[in-house]
Parts: sequence; C-alpha cells; structure tokens
Amino acid sequence: MHDTQTESRTVNRVEIVCFTVEDQDFSIEISHVLEIRGWTSTTTLPHAPDFVVGMMNLRGIVLPVVDLSLRLGFGKTEPGKRHVIIIAQIDDKIVGFLVDAVSDIITVDESEMQATPEVSSSRTQAFIRGVHSLDDKLVRAIDVREVLPQEAPLSA
Amino acid sequence: MNDLNQMFFQECDDLLEQLSSGLNDLEAGTGDAETVNSMFRAVHSMKGGAGAFGLDQMVSFAHAFENVLDDIRSNRLVVSADVVNLLLTASDHLADLVEAASQAAELPPDQGASILSDLKHVSNAANGTSGDAGQAVAEAEEPAFQPTFLALDGDLPALDEMGAPEGNGTVEIRFRASPQLFANGHDPAILFRSLEALGTLEVAADLSALAPLRDGPWSDPALSWTLTFTADDSVDEAAIREVFEFVEGLCELEISATATGPGGLPPLPAPSDMAPLSDATSADMIAAPPGDNLSTPEHPAAAVPASGAPAPASRPASSRTSTIRVDLHRVDRLINLVGELVIAEAMLRQSMDEMPSSANSGVDEAMSQLKTLSGAIQESVMAIRAQPVRSLFQRMSRIVRETAREAGKSARLVTLGDATEVDKTVTERLVEPLTHMIRNAIDHGLEIPEARRSAGKDERGTVTLEASHRSGRVVILIKDDGAGINREKVRQIAIEKGLIRPEDDLSDSDIDNLLFRPGFSTAGEISNLSGRGVGMDVVRNEIQSLGGRVSLQSVPGRGTSVTVSLPLTLAVLEGMVVKVADQSLIVPTLPLREMLQPGQAKVHTLCDGDNVLALDGEMVPIKDLGAALGFRSTPMCLGKQSLLLIEGDSGHRYALAVDGIAEQREVVIKGLEQNYQKIPGIAAATILGDGKIALIVDTDQMIAPPGQGGWVDRAWPDTTGDVHHA
Amino acid sequence: MTRILAVDDSRTMRSMLQQALTGAGFEVELAEDGVDGLERLEAADPDLIITDINMPRLDGFGFIDGVRKGDRISSVPILVLTTESGDALKQRARDAGATGWIVKPFDEEKLVQIIQRLVV
Repeated sequence: MHDTQTESRTVNRVEIVCFTVEDQDFSIEISHVLEIRGWTSTTTLPHAPDFVVGMMNLRGIVLPVVDLSLRLGFGKTEPGKRHVIIIAQIDDKIVGFLVDAVSDIITVDESEMQATPEVSSSRTQAFIRGVHSLDDKLVRAIDVREVLPQEAPLSA
Repeated sequence: MNDLNQMFFQECDDLLEQLSSGLNDLEAGTGDAETVNSMFRAVHSMKGGAGAFGLDQMVSFAHAFENVLDDIRSNRLVVSADVVNLLLTASDHLADLVEAASQAAELPPDQGASILSDLKHVSNAANGTSGDAGQAVAEAEEPAFQPTFLALDGDLPALDEMGAPEGNGTVEIRFRASPQLFANGHDPAILFRSLEALGTLEVAADLSALAPLRDGPWSDPALSWTLTFTADDSVDEAAIREVFEFVEGLCELEISATATGPGGLPPLPAPSDMAPLSDATSADMIAAPPGDNLSTPEHPAAAVPASGAPAPASRPASSRTSTIRVDLHRVDRLINLVGELVIAEAMLRQSMDEMPSSANSGVDEAMSQLKTLSGAIQESVMAIRAQPVRSLFQRMSRIVRETAREAGKSARLVTLGDATEVDKTVTERLVEPLTHMIRNAIDHGLEIPEARRSAGKDERGTVTLEASHRSGRVVILIKDDGAGINREKVRQIAIEKGLIRPEDDLSDSDIDNLLFRPGFSTAGEISNLSGRGVGMDVVRNEIQSLGGRVSLQSVPGRGTSVTVSLPLTLAVLEGMVVKVADQSLIVPTLPLREMLQPGQAKVHTLCDGDNVLALDGEMVPIKDLGAALGFRSTPMCLGKQSLLLIEGDSGHRYALAVDGIAEQREVVIKGLEQNYQKIPGIAAATILGDGKIALIVDTDQMIAPPGQGGWVDRAWPDTTGDVHHA
Repeated sequence: MTRILAVDDSRTMRSMLQQALTGAGFEVELAEDGVDGLERLEAADPDLIITDINMPRLDGFGFIDGVRKGDRISSVPILVLTTESGDALKQRARDAGATGWIVKPFDEEKLVQIIQRLVV
C-alpha cells in the first residue's frame, strides 16, 4: 500500500470519534455523530434483540440504544454513570451507541485504512470496516449500518 | 415555475370542489343563477391556468365544458336530468385531466372523446348551430360589432392604404380622440410616444375646436392632431397596427400618404385653421407636468416619468387575505413542539410535586395557568390540521355514480354533516377505505332496480355518508338501504374458506364480522367492482392504523351500515398508565370496557393452565401483559393483578392482566418506526411526565379474534405467552 | 415606480401576474375579485390596472365600471385579461371602459410591452 506513488494518491482526511468498548479501541466517523451523552436509563423493548438496550428520550425524540459491547461480541454492559451514549445519525434514523468511554477525536487519512486482521471473529469482521493504526494502538472503524438492529421480519 | 405549477393543481382541487358542490345543488334542484355562475368560473379558471401551463388537452375540454355552462347561465339551455348527468360526467373527466396533468401525463385521446363531443353537441343544439361550439357561443354571446364613435369604416385602414408598405414611407395621420378614448384610460400623448418609438414622428395639435379652457371639459373631442410619421426600416406593419389596436373605434383616424411618400396619394390639404404646436414634439408632451392638457388630470401619476418620484413608503404593499396556505411540515413541526411543551410542563409539575410543600403558592398558581395555556395551545394547534370532510364526501359522489353505472343499478348519495372537521391526514387516508365501502354498498348492498321495486322500495337506492363528532371522536357512517348481509351465504363461504367449522355456533354479529377477516372474499359473487383484490380486512387495517375502529350492522331487507370511529387527531391519545414488571405502559382507553381490582374478579384456571374470567356468564380469556411482551417468563400471581377488560374491534373480549393501574391521561404519540422498527404488540411510544418513555400497547394485537391464531403464536415463537386460541 | 393593481380570482393567475410584473420592475398590489379590487383601489393608487373578467361577487366589467365611476382614479388605464381574442370581446371590453386587453395565456414579454405602451 505504501509505495512511491504517495504524491498521486488522493488524501481523504476524515475526523473520527474514538471510543473504547471492553478496553478495545473503535471509531466512528464524526459526520455521523450528533452528540455524546452520559448514560440515562432506557425503556425496555419487548421482542427486541438482546443488544438493543431499550428506547431513550432525547429532547422528545424517541430512539433505540444499542449495547455495542454485546453487539460486537463482548459481554453485556451493565450500564452505569461512567458509561456514555454516542448519539448518531445513520441515514434517516437516529440511534444511540452505548460505549465505555469516548477517548479522542482525531483526523485520519481514510485511504490509509487497513483491512481488518484475519484473526478477528466473524462477527467482528462483519461490523468492522477496517483498522487505523495510530502510534501504539489499532483503532477499528465500525460499520454503523451493519451494527444497527436489522428489521425483524413480521409475519402477516 | 414549479411552485406555480403546484399552486395551480392545488387550486384546481378547490375549483373541482366548487364545481362539484354546484353540481350537487343542480342535481338536488336547489341551484340558482349564482350556482351556475360559480361553476362556470371554476371551469373557466381551470381553463385559464391550463392555458398558462400549456395543458392543451385540459384547455380544449374545459372550453367545451364552460360553453355548456355558459348556455345554461344565459338561459339557452334548460337543466334537464340528462344535462346534469352530462355535467357530472364532464366534471369527472375534468378531474381526471387535472389528475393526469398533475402527474405530467396526458390521458389517451379517446378517453373523454365522447364526453367532449356530447358537450359540443349540447352546446350546438342550444345555439342552433353546427360546427365548433366555442365559436358559436362566442358569436352568439356578443352583440354585433358596432363602433361607438365615428371611426373610419369602423376599423383601421390597412397599412397599404396608409401608404407605408415599404416601411419607410411617410404618412400623415389625422387623429381625433373621442371622449370615450379618454374615459377608457387612453392618453394620446402616450399613444404618440408608442408610435414615435417605431420611427420619426412630428406632432401638431389642432386647436381650432378648442373652446376657451374655462368653458367646458377639456376632454371633449375638441382636440385633434396631425401626425407626420416615418416608420423605421425594421418596423413591420403589425407593430404599427398594434399601437392603434386598443383605440380602434374610439377615435377618428385619417391616414394619408404625404407627398414624400413613394408612389403615395397626394397629401390632403392641411386644414387652414391648423396651427403647428410650436416645438411641441411628442417627447415634450410626454414630459409635460401633471395637469397639462395632454395628460390626464384625474390621474397625474400617469404623467410622471417612470424613473421619477419614488412610491410613498406608507402604501400597503402586500395583499390582505383571509386564509394562508402553509406547508404541512411547518404545521407538523409546530404540533410536535407543542407536544414537547406539554410534556415539559408535565415534567416541571412532577418535579414541583416532589419539592417540599412549603413552596410558595404563587408557583402553584402559575403552574396551573401554564397547564391551562399549554393545553389551549395544543388544542388550537391541532385545529390547524382540521378540515371539513366535505371534499372527501364529494369525491365519493363520483364513486357512487360510476359504480352504479357499472353495476347496472340506480343509486344516489346523500351526505350529512359534511362540515364536520377531521385531521387532514385522516381525510386523506380515508379516501381508499371509504371508496371501497361505498363500492361494496352499491355492489353488494343495493339490489337491482327490479328487485327493489318488487320489494316495495324506491328503484333508486340510497347510500348515506354521515359524519359527526361524538364524545371526542369523529364518527363516519356509511349506510345503504339495500338487502342487508346474506348471512347464510357468508357463513357458507367462511366454511368453504376454512375460516370457521360447520359446527361453529356463530351469532349474527359474528357472521357479519367474518367479512373483516383476511382471506374472506366472496369472489364467487363479487363483481370486478368492489373486488379489486381488496377485502374489508384491508379497510379495517387502514382504519385501525389511523387509530380508528370499524363496526358493521345489518338488517335483512333494510340495509347495512358501517360505522367508522376515528380519533380527532393522530397526535394524542387518551390512555391508562399501567405498571407491568416495573415498566410503565399505556393502554388506550378506547377499547377499555371495565377495570377490575385484584380480588374483584372471578378467575378460573383451565386444565392447560390458561386462565379465564367469568363475566356476565361469559368466559373471557385472560392475557398477562408482562408475559405477552416477554418482560417475564411466568405470569404473575393473578390474585395480585388488576384486570383490564378489553373489547376488540370485531367484538371479541379479553382481559389484560397488569401489575397496577396508575392514572388516566392524554399522551402525545411518538412513533417507534422513525428510528427503530415496528414492535409486535406495541402501537407507539410516549414520553411521561418524568421524561421516561412509556410504550403504548396495541390491544388489537394482544389477542386474535376467535378462529384466528394470535400473533404470539405465529410470529414470535420466542415469546413466553401461553394463551392459545384455536 | 409604476404601480399595478392586478385583480384575479385565481390564486395561480395572481401569482403568475405578480411574478411577471415584479420581475419587470413594477410594484404590484393584488386583489381577489371586483369588490376586493374596488376596496383596494384608493390605497393601491395604481398607475395601471389588470383585471380578469370572470370573478365572483363582482366581475371584471362591473369592476371597470366601478373604477370609471369613481372620483380620483377614474381614468387609469385598465387592461382586461381574457381567454378570448375575438372582436366581440374586444368591443365589449371597450364598451365597458377597458383601455386594452391581454389574451391568456399571456407571454411575459408581451405583457410588459403592452403595459409600457399604456403608462409613462
């Protein structure tokens, strides 16, 4: 990837919000992020996938909160005061992502994103678009559309 | 242009409504001259607009249509039943043309061709002419052309007579204005200026006939002018003709070629009493100050050069109207915000209640005022979206006509309460279900004329549409005076379709309600009219999605009526706040029949573990809400629960077991699908006073009517719900 | 600035006139029918009037009559908007006191040209 043709390569700088889930580093493009909020209690939804924590009220907007830890294949989060919710807009839907902490907002070059290492579990593979390698850590860029709860088929 | 286009189609809808309303009056025999006038104007306005947008198909049809209306208003045509029918058909076709045009489409030319020729035929007959009806009317309408003042041959001389065929010939023009010319707002000075723009002009005023100024009105035809005009090369005949177009018949005009004109006639001898207006070129005249003879003293502004005095700032600039058109999104945003306001108010109140009671009473009073105000604002804002059902009902008269015609039946539509106001979205979404029910009423309800006669009924059947407000809801009744539901047949079909078993004992109302069941289609007898692949189940679904209920009553030989009950608005709902597994949920009060406190109810446990409630000698199934929604795996001890007796749309009843009942309140509906998805058993969500979200229970999805599997059994095997109905 | 009072019962036509006229640099006042037009006449103090013929309450001819019988603004040029172009209509417009006419659908350029021919 890093050849001599660096000059001709298009530089595609994007800002990303880095956050941690189970001590691992992940990121989401800042263009999706509306705001970051402390944990507030949610209303449990019936017949919802386990990773959908419930619905929260954001100034009158009713939106679902996804437990990213559970969604990404780690353990279930027992949310408390130290947890945060990243409010993100994906297409025309607004959702909250429950994460451990937001660590940084940085600018990266999208074209330098690397493929997800093969070692990851299949679930992680599906939800990660690629990896940014920064200094001493690997930050995985999540695929926001994939982690959303998929429309459950309703029988007629 | 796009905005204008949209505005035009919106206006067409209003005009079609105006037309339809007039037609109804004509049909009912209550029309008068103004009725026809207003219909004429409606069609005429559509024609005018259509012309502006190049909708030729619409223009020519509207033209033929308005001619017939014009014949009526001019008493050349008597309004017979046939004429009314033609007008109705024409109005339907015009609506189709508008609809097609709004989709940027045209109707196939053969469609409506016969209506068009009927219109022309009627119009021709009325005018005793043949050929193009429009032409005939235009001519019949107007008196023969008669000049009002001495004009040369009543018309402008052709330009070759003016001696200016080559463009740059010089002509002498004698111009004498009539009083009418001034009265009609013309100004010779401006006329001359227009001419000057086309060539070289010299103007001489003839003052001979001018009486002393103090003696008489200046505008009497005392003034005449002699103009010497040489047209520029580039100026064509039409341009010169245009200058005098508007004054034709309002002046004396003599045009002669001057001696300098090539091959022209010899000049007229100049009148001896004619004095040249010393260096009064046309430009000077135009720049003359107000009050000058050549401008119009009554209206000095006309003589002010265009670049001159700025308009006084105090003039009202914008137009005053009694209504405004507002983008629906803006209204909805306002409604949402007011909803938030109501919630915020409730949150504030709750926090206040939790404060020590020493808080001063001024706050309490202010709080209660705030509550009243926010409630009033909410109500007024909701009213913005309300509109009368009139236009909806009027659309149905067409459905009645068409369906009756296709089915070979005779039917009329009677509408009552069409001023009743309903939320705009509700009226829009009622079109389909109402259309279907009207078709049903005519197709299946009404008998053929012979059968009606032998039953001692009027050959013409009546379909009644009635709207009214009843206890905070809108009730719409669709009633026919037909034969009523053939229950034996319905039962037979239901058995054939496997919806019921032959041995099932069903009440009359149970049988009637079979019509609402999915898969019930009396295809064997249904014509292609009301069939169209939709059944009453679709009607019911649509009504339910509007938060409404639909029920059906039928009396053999007397007719069938369908009652649709709808919320006034889609944004708020009256509900009961209940507690289930530490969650607050809302149960809509609409289907709620009764509430039973713990211990009040007589509960029986059946052998398979199902519980039923003995109520009025009936066994009513009990459904644990917590378990049904998967909040807990085993139902709570029934002895500690409260029961809510729910009656579903098709009349089936069940009891919903909840852990506690908190309060009854109005809640603002928040959709779940916007940011998430449909949740079985849940209709929507709301935000409670503490800012927490509460889900609104869909009582119709909690349990299926008899003979149908519930959603629990079919769609959501993960549920722990344990109540089955076979 | 030249002030024009445009009278038409059709919203669409009013908007079209307004767009065309303000676009050409005229100041426009709108009225919805003849009655409305007469009510606005004084305040609008127009240099020219454009009116539709078929209107509720008071039609174009009645409106023109009202203007011509008025005191102050009686000789203002009045253009009639019409869908017909026959001689009969022209004569009727003239008899009613109209200064000129514009046949609908009108061309903006032509409209402005005609207006400029009637006002200074």
